[in-house]
Amino acid sequence: MTMAKKDKDGKGRKVLIPLVAVALGFVLGSIVVAITGKNPLLMFNAIIQGITGINIGRGGFNPRHIGELVIQAMPIILTGLCVGFAFRTGLFNIGAEGQLMMGSLAATAVALTVKAPGFVHVPLILLSGMGAGAAWGAIPGYLKARFNVHEVVVTIMLNYTALHLNNWTILNVFGSVDRVKTAEFPASALLKDPWLASFTNGSRLNWGFVPVILAVLAFWFILEKTPFGFSLRAVGFNKDAAKYAGMKVNRNIVLSMVIAGAFAGLAGAIITTGTFSFGRALPAAEGYGFDGIAVALVGMNHAPGILLAGLLFGVLKSAGPLMQSAGIPREIGGIIQASIVMFVAMKLGIERILDLVKGKRAGKAALAAAEDGAEAGV
Amino acid sequence: MSIGLILEMFPIALMFAAPLIMAALGGLFTERSGVTNIALEGIMMVGAFAGASVTVVLEPVTPLAPWLGLLSGVAAGMLFSLLHAFASINLKADQVISGTALNILAGGLTVYLCQILFNQQRTRAFSSGIRKMTVPLLEKIPVIGPILFREIYPTFYVAMALVVLTWFVVWKTPFGLRLRSCGEHPQASASMGINVYAMRYAGVIISGALAGLAGATMVLTQDIQYTVTSIHGAGFIALASLVFGKWNPWGVLGAGLFFGFAQILSYYAKDITFLAALPQEMFYMLPYVLTIVALVVFAGKTVGPKAAGEIYDQGKR
Repeated sequence: MTMAKKDKDGKGRKVLIPLVAVALGFVLGSIVVAITGKNPLLMFNAIIQGITGINIGRGGFNPRHIGELVIQAMPIILTGLCVGFAFRTGLFNIGAEGQLMMGSLAATAVALTVKAPGFVHVPLILLSGMGAGAAWGAIPGYLKARFNVHEVVVTIMLNYTALHLNNWTILNVFGSVDRVKTAEFPASALLKDPWLASFTNGSRLNWGFVPVILAVLAFWFILEKTPFGFSLRAVGFNKDAAKYAGMKVNRNIVLSMVIAGAFAGLAGAIITTGTFSFGRALPAAEGYGFDGIAVALVGMNHAPGILLAGLLFGVLKSAGPLMQSAGIPREIGGIIQASIVMFVAMKLGIERILDLVKGKRAGKAALAAAEDGAEAGV
Repeated sequence: MSIGLILEMFPIALMFAAPLIMAALGGLFTERSGVTNIALEGIMMVGAFAGASVTVVLEPVTPLAPWLGLLSGVAAGMLFSLLHAFASINLKADQVISGTALNILAGGLTVYLCQILFNQQRTRAFSSGIRKMTVPLLEKIPVIGPILFREIYPTFYVAMALVVLTWFVVWKTPFGLRLRSCGEHPQASASMGINVYAMRYAGVIISGALAGLAGATMVLTQDIQYTVTSIHGAGFIALASLVFGKWNPWGVLGAGLFFGFAQILSYYAKDITFLAALPQEMFYMLPYVLTIVALVVFAGKTVGPKAAGEIYDQGKR
């Protein structure tokens, strides 16, 4: 086998593993649905309805489902970019959740305190969300670079710190009548648009998808097309080699976490001013950070993969109510998502299975060739 | 701050501390064997779900139902942690990713099962969880008596016993020595004929048992039913206790008690003059912020197990 062929095989396999993991996740989900006495076909019907808006079982088309899919996918694509970006520099960022919360807190602050026309107000809100997320991401980055403190534990701790800091600020600084949310934002702060909503039959679809697409492009451009991105990836591949090659490893670690945090902060701003129109005090974390880990893993930390994986897990969420109305608990989406992550983590097992399948196929091909040869000989 | 207030706070703080200590001890076993377990939270959720469900179902049959609930929490935790063990030991999965999968799975699985079993997003409410007890004679001891032996949940004594047991098993038995060696330098342990795989399985499964027990304890002493927010981050505070307690049972005990008090202070702060001005949320934040500070202080010193989180590669020197 030539080198080129081997490389191509390796790359194909890299794409194959997440696909097999996704397939296995759905198989496992179907089994869970079946053994708890429900019909897995109803689950798939709900998922197809979530993607296309078309109900195959009963007929009918409702574009609202497509709008809701986009709404669910937007934040987790961004947290996926957040986790994926840090991954590429060799950092495991479990802190997307906290970075997102700080982003939504900053967005709330700017939405409530700044008076400006919409075309200034909205970008200002998005930028402030990114800034707050970046600052929150800088903390574990700095601690890792300066003290070599493991980022996993620090980011977990910062998630809960952010949760309580957010709640305190929302309730005490911005004031809340019902101890749940702040006053409504002015119209100039919102990403909502009645036209988009009516276009998708009353979904919560808003202009948030524009910055999301820009973020996906920025992720791809920074990492794949700039020397800076190259040096970030070099640190991810081999810290010591990168250092030996004269790259600023510590600076890259901090910057990687800053950029990662900005993606999550943007998600927070979009949720706050797009899906909602007020700042919220939260009883518990909402799981965007963990979703982001799942998205980044299945998307192999690459921009197109993250986009697709975000849409996949988005539909598992947006189809939840459809499943529920078909009598299947919506939590099956979470079970499928978790099993997909587990299967990706078990990639060694999947590789063994693939080797087995491939070995059989190669064996069969060799056998067929031998028979052909024998026949030709006769 | 009056003496009466402290006496009043103690039993509640101990109630909060017990599950933290149990789960952190679980974390101690797995990390000492060389496997990182950020899934303590998820395992606690599964243990809490099992504990609450079994209690609800067996309540009409036997007064021992909550205790059987605790046992089923242990069993469920062990079973659930097997997934983590298989993925990270046999299939050499990244331990943080596998732990993350468990954390996501726990939320989905438990609520899914609630919907199947109870037709709602939570388990049915049980009429009584673990009951408080007063130890006769010992409660008469001045100062210590009312603090430690009057109206206390027996699960706190279980937690205390587990601290001593953990210290004994991990530091005073051959098994413990082998377990710790696998967390420091697994290749060296293997060269001495220790089965690293078996040791790490033991570490992970014991952590599953303890975290499952912790989850069941938490729901049966602090709640009336299992909901998806029953555990609300206690697993991560347990992880914090482990780090703050320097991967050592006595340290874990101290950290668990401290964080238990930090939680309870948030409720009592308004009655204590010099704390009244501080916001409640600050007390919630305290364990997490202190853990980050502790990590920075410990930085560069060898405190935790050296090989924790590393995939065991037999060929590595």
